[in-house]
Amino acid sequence: MTRHTLSVLVENKSGVLARVSALFSRRGFNIESLAVGPTENPDLSRMTIVVDVESQPLEQITKQLNKLVEVIKIVELDGASVQRELLLVKVRAPLADRAQVLQTVELFRAKVIDVNADTVTVEATGTTEKLQALLAVLAPLGIKEMAQSGTVALARGPRSMSGAGTLRPVERSA
Amino acid sequence: MSTTASAQATPGAPTQAAAAATVGVESTDRSLTDAARPAGAPATGITGAQSLVRSLEAVGVDMVFGLPGGAILPLYDPLFDSSVRHVLVRHEQGAGHAATGYAQATGRVGVCMATSGPGATNLVTPLADAYMDSVPVVAITGQVASGFIGTDAFQEADIRGITMPITKHNFLVTDAAEIPQRIAEAFHLASTGRPGPVLVDVPKDVLQATTDFSWPPRIDLPGYKPTTRPHGKQVREAAAVIQAARQPVLYVGGGVLKAGASEVLRELAELTGAPVVTTLMARGAFPDSHAQHLGMPGMHGTVTAVAALQKADVLVALGARFDDRVTGKLESFAPGATVVHADIDPAEIGKNRKADVPIVGDAKETITELVAAITALQEKEGRADLSGWWAQLDRWRETYPLGYDLPEDGALSPQYVIERLGEIAGPDAVYCAGVGQHQMWAAQFVKYEKPGTWLNSGGLGTMGYAVPAAMGAKAGRPEATVWAVDGDGCFQMTNQELATCAIEGIPVKVALINNGNLGMVRQWQTLFYEGRYSNTRLHNRGSGGGEIEPIRIPDFVQLAEALGCVGLRCERAEDVDKVIEEAMAIDDRPVVIDFVVGSDAQVWPMVAAGASNDDILAARDVRPVFTEGPV
Repeated sequence: MTRHTLSVLVENKSGVLARVSALFSRRGFNIESLAVGPTENPDLSRMTIVVDVESQPLEQITKQLNKLVEVIKIVELDGASVQRELLLVKVRAPLADRAQVLQTVELFRAKVIDVNADTVTVEATGTTEKLQALLAVLAPLGIKEMAQSGTVALARGPRSMSGAGTLRPVERSA
Repeated sequence: MSTTASAQATPGAPTQAAAAATVGVESTDRSLTDAARPAGAPATGITGAQSLVRSLEAVGVDMVFGLPGGAILPLYDPLFDSSVRHVLVRHEQGAGHAATGYAQATGRVGVCMATSGPGATNLVTPLADAYMDSVPVVAITGQVASGFIGTDAFQEADIRGITMPITKHNFLVTDAAEIPQRIAEAFHLASTGRPGPVLVDVPKDVLQATTDFSWPPRIDLPGYKPTTRPHGKQVREAAAVIQAARQPVLYVGGGVLKAGASEVLRELAELTGAPVVTTLMARGAFPDSHAQHLGMPGMHGTVTAVAALQKADVLVALGARFDDRVTGKLESFAPGATVVHADIDPAEIGKNRKADVPIVGDAKETITELVAAITALQEKEGRADLSGWWAQLDRWRETYPLGYDLPEDGALSPQYVIERLGEIAGPDAVYCAGVGQHQMWAAQFVKYEKPGTWLNSGGLGTMGYAVPAAMGAKAGRPEATVWAVDGDGCFQMTNQELATCAIEGIPVKVALINNGNLGMVRQWQTLFYEGRYSNTRLHNRGSGGGEIEPIRIPDFVQLAEALGCVGLRCERAEDVDKVIEEAMAIDDRPVVIDFVVGSDAQVWPMVAAGASNDDILAARDVRPVFTEGPV
């Protein structure tokens, strides 16, 4: 199995997310993570979809996605891209452990965004691997609750998905 | 937006503006107003419903099949005055299949409409059917008023959500001003690229709101750009592969019919001399009488068509999708073949079988360019010698012709009935089948010479398709003789539309192949479940094999008469021609012939589900020998 990150520009219309996610379940494709948000163009949204498949089904996924009328463009972001996830984690931090928590936060270049007598809430961004490493260190201290976003990603370098010097889309045709 | 708000407050009552507009129309002579108005003429201060009807007129709709209800009532008022003919069905499923039959027989977009909730959900089966068979259909559904959406209001169903996976696209119209654009987009989407059904859901308050109408609207579908023009390099590569082939087969699917490519297909076939197989969805795309036609491939295809695919060195798939009913066990399908796959839908290419030479494009354009490219090659290299391949194919054709045995118990043979029907009604008639044994026999034993003469539910396998689809076909092509070839299981699902046919003056003919059983399921029980006939017997005719009086529940002749049709019955081979001719002579009413046939006839040849095509049985326990191997 291999991970692929698809950046999908879609029309910003109601029902698009349902259409895309239903397509994945109907065709038996697995979504590892999915993040949707606005783009520089108010008419478009960007979906960043991480899938874990062999290359053959990936082609079928992108072809089926391209058939959705509201899908404008799909780019597969390979190694030459920056990819980030956002993690919020509420960790047990009584006075005795607090120094260790704060040290870990520092090591991972994370931030404390809320604090009280029993816990601190940590904000961290990074790749999946970095966030997993952070969680592994925090876990023994006691994770009360966490929330993690899907991956968002952009290609490295000056090119973008729209405008001049655009990134090459996944082929619409065979 | 104030009209929207008021409509939300009083969902049952039309807005003042809507009422005023409607009264204005109703107060004058109907025939001199809307019907006489030129299609597409601009209008201001009309209702959303009027805008929708004007959009249908402007887009060229001549007929819709539907059934009104609360949420769509505002639309039915201006429809009353329109040039668009509305055929009032007895069940919305009938409207959906009628739209499909209309589209398949005429090549135009079929239109059906229904109210919200149960009306809309009754369209689900025909929409799924049209989606699987890529039929251009537009469905218009009423929806509860905008303010009620999401409240579980009376007759509310999320039909847009429900039909997402079974439509090419669907819309929920939120503003009356969008109506012309959404209708234009729906027809554009349904009829271009790979055709398919499109649903437009319109809330009641949007139909009642005041709006302006102008035509043509801007079509704004930035993500929809079907590729119709094939890539020149791919065409040249395909031409080289075909030119080099010694055992080629043209594997022709329904896309060839949709593209209107029958003529160029014939040119390609005759240019290359290659054999042709036509799938269940492509019967009629290439004349059955043509010497190069090997018949239908697949689970119940001819031995020669199936064997030709298995032994081919080059498969040229044209508008076909390597369906499991054609390929059998995929891993052993056409093992030695280099595959040229041309389809308008890129997602079909490589979905089931890897394509060595993929071509995305319209079948007609692709075949036309292939003809040109191969002609150029032949001018240099001459035509490939396929005589060895044809010698092999002809041996198979002689050894394993399509045929059937007459029942030993003297019962009427269903194959004989269908074969005689095809010969008497001829190649100009339209044949429309349900799903099951009768469908396969109608695909095998009627000889198709022309496009648009064979309609059936191929992909979804929808029992009950035949009668309403035949109604749609006959409504769209009133000059043609339209025969529904239906089974008694299928017929009991949708025969109520015969009442529609009788009342609306749509004289279809039904050849009811009545074997008293769910025949295809029974066949599988015979072959794979030791003859344990669990729940496949529809009535008890002949159960003891002796002198038992046949039980006719229902009595199809009486049922036909009750539905306003002529009911005829035939139980003996010597009466078959006479009764068909009697039915052919009736053109003022629908006719149903109850052909009471034996229940033990089976469809052969057969590739068992999941088996390899190499294991095709020509008849029960008759396994063809292909050991001669490649020529």
